[in-house]
Amino acid sequence: MKRALLAVFIAVLLMLPLATGGVYYTNLASQILIAALFSLSLNLMVGFAGLTSLGHAGYLGLSAYASAWLMTNLGWGHLESAAAALGITAVAAGLFGLIALRAASISFLMITLALGQILWGLAYRWTGVTGGDNGISSLTRPHPFGIDLGNPVNFYYFALVVFLAVWGSIAMWVRSPFGASIRGTRDQPRRMAALGFDVWVIRWITFVVSGVLGGVGGLMYVYYHQFISPHSLSLANSAEMLLMVIAGGAGTLSGPVVGAALVLLLKNVASAYVDRWVMLLGAVFILIVMFLPGGIVAGVARLGGMRRKASVPVPAAAPVNKTDLRPEVAKEAS
Amino acid sequence: MNFWLIQSMNSLAMGGVLFMLAAGFSLIFGLMRVANLSHGAYFMLGAYIGLHMLDLGFGFATAAIAATLGVGLLGGIVERLILRRLGNNTLSQVLATLGIAFVIADGSLWIWGGDPRPVSGPAFLSGGMQLFGLTFPKYRVAVVVFSIAVGLGLWLLLDKTRLGMMIRASVDDRQMAQAVGVPASRLFTVVFCLGTALAGLGGVIAAPILSVYPGLDADMLPLALVVVILGGLGSLAGAFVGSFVIGFIYSFGQVLLPDLAYMILFLPMVIILAARPRGLFGRITA
Repeated sequence: MKRALLAVFIAVLLMLPLATGGVYYTNLASQILIAALFSLSLNLMVGFAGLTSLGHAGYLGLSAYASAWLMTNLGWGHLESAAAALGITAVAAGLFGLIALRAASISFLMITLALGQILWGLAYRWTGVTGGDNGISSLTRPHPFGIDLGNPVNFYYFALVVFLAVWGSIAMWVRSPFGASIRGTRDQPRRMAALGFDVWVIRWITFVVSGVLGGVGGLMYVYYHQFISPHSLSLANSAEMLLMVIAGGAGTLSGPVVGAALVLLLKNVASAYVDRWVMLLGAVFILIVMFLPGGIVAGVARLGGMRRKASVPVPAAAPVNKTDLRPEVAKEAS
Repeated sequence: MNFWLIQSMNSLAMGGVLFMLAAGFSLIFGLMRVANLSHGAYFMLGAYIGLHMLDLGFGFATAAIAATLGVGLLGGIVERLILRRLGNNTLSQVLATLGIAFVIADGSLWIWGGDPRPVSGPAFLSGGMQLFGLTFPKYRVAVVVFSIAVGLGLWLLLDKTRLGMMIRASVDDRQMAQAVGVPASRLFTVVFCLGTALAGLGGVIAAPILSVYPGLDADMLPLALVVVILGGLGSLAGAFVGSFVIGFIYSFGQVLLPDLAYMILFLPMVIILAARPRGLFGRITA
């Protein structure tokens, strides 16, 4: 059943440019795939490790700026600069992890927000390197195997390949024994520690992987837009990514994809009529948190569960559903 | 020599502004364990309300009072209507405050437009004053004095009154405080009003120094976070010391290393997290 659904879903994705026929929709589909890269990678932290990060747009910025700078200033090719950009993102994520994982829960969120703002501040103020408010523009898309990605349909398939590769590896990873240990550190960190797992190292590895995959999204983002500016690193952008994860359903494999599609469709539809996307984003955030804390996928699964009892696994507790602080922290606080 | 003294005065003024922002944040966090991510937005809203009152021809004091009361009232409504419904789910509450921040920020952009607006302080504080043979802007000196007065007032409130006693008891041990009859529910609303009102006041007071512009909220929120992480969550003394430390780093960084000023701000946070994760004066971790 699930496999059939997945096959249908992938078939639909493959046929999409043929079905829609318009450049606008093909581009929108590419944007959704790219947004899904961010929500999927962020979900590793938020959903599977139970650590809510509010600085994920920073990784978008890091890898996008790094590759853009290397290409424009040093004249590097796409492949080398992409590899270097991901390397830089990995190092930065490693350092950020050292700092942010000193804390958990709300403090972790506050620290990741602050770290994300550092990167935003750098992009905005370090004008010599980043071009300041103007950003870096007139970038090019890569030409893998001589295929012109300037064509929207070709770019869509390129994004689809990257998306499926990232989605598949995340699915395999979270189902592996290591993935189980990540969920273990989310639900029972003290028991995991007692069983001999190094909770900190598991979290740190997840943090870095999440950052690097966010960097992959950043590369796709800068290829798509051929432009990068501090605006892409803003807190609102990080919050948008988090909204995709939470709206779709944190801790699930399909939730972030659904969330990314919903948020982008909402954004595109709304911006055709009103100018107030940020306000709408805020309002949707409040409504989702108040009325649909487990996300849409979990909500649908729950509806399905009413019909076919017990066949649907309980949605892997979205951290939003969690009551208070992490156990070990609560211990210290009391 | 001149440069250092004048920059120090600017740093003190910035520290005073940050204190009004961070004290409310820290107070709310200490009691409710909610990192109020809309705090920067309340600060900016306070500045805009103040500006609006000045535009209507009211005096600076009236504008400040209106902003303080208006923002505090809004905070109370938000606490009652939204945060309260999320019960004990701290993370949901934090995410809701983020949503509120976006609504306020975009609403302000809608109402007051996108241009930065300069704000003039009260007339009797314009110009400079002679101190140690140097000329300092009167307004900044007044901000320092005023923020210290606010700090003293808060300390008296928390340390000497019955209300303060209840707040401190709830910060230290919420369950126990409730068990002995502290009305925690009403206390939450009171503290949220107080904290947001302080942010609104801070916004008006800061407006003649920083001016008012869209994005002021996103500029100030990380500063508040850094101050409380540095000083320790839920500690008034921590917020006080942290504010002035960050005020100095901010002002000198702006002048000496303008490109990297924003980054340097976060260095003390990194150091303190490495050495003492609960902050200089903090007793609680979360």
